[in-house]
Amino acid sequence: MAYDTAPTTRIDWRELARPILILTAVFLLFFFLPLESVRFRSAVLEALALARWYAREHVLLCLVPAFFIAGGISCFISQGAVMKYLGARAKKALAYSVASVSGSILAVCSCTILPLFAGIWKSGAGLGPATAFLYAGPAINILAIILTARVLGAGLGLARAVGAVLFSIVIGLLMHAVFRSEEETRAEVQQHQPEMKPERSLGQNVLYFAAMIGILVFATWGQPDEPVGLWQTIWSVKWIVTGFFAVVLGIMLMLWFEVRPGRLVPAAGAVALAAVLIREPLITFSLGIIALSWLLTVTPGRAQEWFLSSWGYARQILPLLFAGVLVAGLLLGQPGSEGLIPARWVGSLVGGNSLAANLFASVVGTFMYFATLTEVPILEGLLGAGMGQGPALALLLAGPALSLPNMLVIRSIMGTKKTLVFVGLVIVMSTLAGLFYGLLSG
Amino acid sequence: MGLQVKILGPGCANCDRLEEMVRAVLAELDMAAELDHVRDPMAIAEWGMVQTPALVVGNRIVCSGRLPHPEDIRGWLQEAAVR
Repeated sequence: MAYDTAPTTRIDWRELARPILILTAVFLLFFFLPLESVRFRSAVLEALALARWYAREHVLLCLVPAFFIAGGISCFISQGAVMKYLGARAKKALAYSVASVSGSILAVCSCTILPLFAGIWKSGAGLGPATAFLYAGPAINILAIILTARVLGAGLGLARAVGAVLFSIVIGLLMHAVFRSEEETRAEVQQHQPEMKPERSLGQNVLYFAAMIGILVFATWGQPDEPVGLWQTIWSVKWIVTGFFAVVLGIMLMLWFEVRPGRLVPAAGAVALAAVLIREPLITFSLGIIALSWLLTVTPGRAQEWFLSSWGYARQILPLLFAGVLVAGLLLGQPGSEGLIPARWVGSLVGGNSLAANLFASVVGTFMYFATLTEVPILEGLLGAGMGQGPALALLLAGPALSLPNMLVIRSIMGTKKTLVFVGLVIVMSTLAGLFYGLLSG
Repeated sequence: MGLQVKILGPGCANCDRLEEMVRAVLAELDMAAELDHVRDPMAIAEWGMVQTPALVVGNRIVCSGRLPHPEDIRGWLQEAAVR
């Protein structure tokens, strides 16, 4: 018996295309791997060396405490209280200031930046504060500022933080001024009240964050070049001070987080014993992290919430950061040695502090996509390869806030004209800030 | 007209997980509901200043800016079904 119709095809290219393409690409990559090239081999070693350096110098003492701080911010700072200042009836001066610093507090998931921007614009304080938030949200990222200060130096860390806050306010004000005539009356939308976080006094919050910041700052306190002066004195006692803050944190855990003394005291004792017997700060610190994690995970309520929030950041960010470090090492090498990209090219494009260098860095930053924190190892590589301090700041200010895919989505929300003005403002201001900082640090 | 449930989220791992969680709870409770995942930021802004991922049950935003516990989702759905 013959078939009336042809048998239906079982090949679905939509399902097959991607895996086939990926496998083919990986195969070709390894088939053509240029292992004969000395430059390539040394670049691979540089990538591995950079990854090891990050693992040894930055993960335990800097990133892990930073994740706990970021987790604490998400859990314990009342977002409802902050959002009030961005509402339709908020005082404008406050709206701009709050919009410029609240990125870390409100953007727990980075996907929230675009919808919240649209919300602030259409049913909140308007285009000005909304654009300020749009820029500052990704730029004032507490984790990024901590890592920038640690890896690239306090100068760039501070300049980045200050620059981002100032920029967002200025950009917001300018956007408002330019498009003032278009601002329609905003619909008074029934404002949804975000859940109020568990009530804690301001004093409690201040102490809590101060203790964690204390641990972070003193654990990462570096030795000065000349072993003299106040800086050196602090360095010589840094672990004692760190320990003091850890004890304060431990007391808080018992008083405010309901951690049982029957668990905390033995755990703290074990860490203290290790500190005295082993005398290797990294090991003691690691034990401290393990002890803290254990105490938090076995105590229901705020403690577990805090841990889960911190772990959420770590899980989201560490893989991408690790990949970013490897790529930065491969392309740019460590400070003092080259990767695949010759240092001459970097020096000629973004060396020094010329207008062209700052502008180039700005424009590249605006269009290029940086996963959270990856701008730090990339910038470290560029600085090591001869990038000037000014263009570095320009890249730091323009990079995280914008990227080409991001711009296209913004365009679908704001329209082409407003998007062009916004991007133009970011480029111009980053260039100027870079020039200024380059002069200051030159 | 059945129960209207919306997930507000432009698209990220958390937003997708929220949708999965809601589907699972709906199946567990054997409840019929119109589930809609709103991804367009402007459409999300219609609901006001909302932190995503956000969950809308009926006409109320019950949760925003975080992934709720399945227990909580169950509670909201059951409460809305009674109204």
